[in-house]
Amino acid sequence: MNYANEIIGGSLIGLASAIPLLSEGRIAGISGYAASALRPTSREGRTSLALIVGLVIGGILWRWGGGETFRQGTPASLPLWIVAGFLVGFGSRLGGGCTSGHGVCGLGRMAPRSAASVGIFMTAAIATVLLRTRGLA
Amino acid sequence: MILYLLSGVVFALGLSLSGMTNPAKVQSFLNLGSPDWSPALIFVLGAGVVVYSIAYRWILARQRDLGGRDFKAPTPRPIDRKLVLGSTLFGVGWGLAGVCPGPALVHVADLDTGFLTFLLMMFVGFETQRRFAS
Repeated sequence: MNYANEIIGGSLIGLASAIPLLSEGRIAGISGYAASALRPTSREGRTSLALIVGLVIGGILWRWGGGETFRQGTPASLPLWIVAGFLVGFGSRLGGGCTSGHGVCGLGRMAPRSAASVGIFMTAAIATVLLRTRGLA
Repeated sequence: MILYLLSGVVFALGLSLSGMTNPAKVQSFLNLGSPDWSPALIFVLGAGVVVYSIAYRWILARQRDLGGRDFKAPTPRPIDRKLVLGSTLFGVGWGLAGVCPGPALVHVADLDTGFLTFLLMMFVGFETQRRFAS
């Protein structure tokens, strides 16, 4: 078993998350930046938008360099994409973070609130997948 | 501003390299006990947490960010009902699609109907929360 790509990729995620912290003490995850990017009237909104644009550009660069894309995604139906997207957006803001904000930054700071969030969303995600793949829902 | 752009680009490359942009890989990690279960994503999160925590401890110790502003640890907030409900809903959505906010944005480059629908609804979710549940 070789997890070099996971470890290098994860380290890049940690490094990217640390850039706003190092440069101006800002602690946030992608859901926070993305929600804030909708209001580029403040400096906070504009820097958030820059980060989100960077994510899109990074995706384009990755494809341009011949990286694997997983374009087909899950064999999901359109209604499922709609429900899942809404839950991810609504839930991440209500809970104050997502896989990066509570996961990478929160656990990295050893914040109890983030540890609770990660435990809850992991459990909910595992339960959802198990219910669906075992034909129980 | 340029640092935020750079952060986004590095983030996207990390997500892509680690396989977080592959919904099938995310879902197989969540599918405990299945024959194709793989611990791969533990390594992604683990590496991210380790790198971030080194940066955090450094900034905390010097009590200043690199721009010279004072830095203090954020005041811990309580684990409340919003956190529990929000995290639960987020987890259900993440499990259903195998996609979280970062990968949804990286996938814009594919112009795929499913991923774009997810992204649009994610922003609808942000705004709904802001207006009705904040």
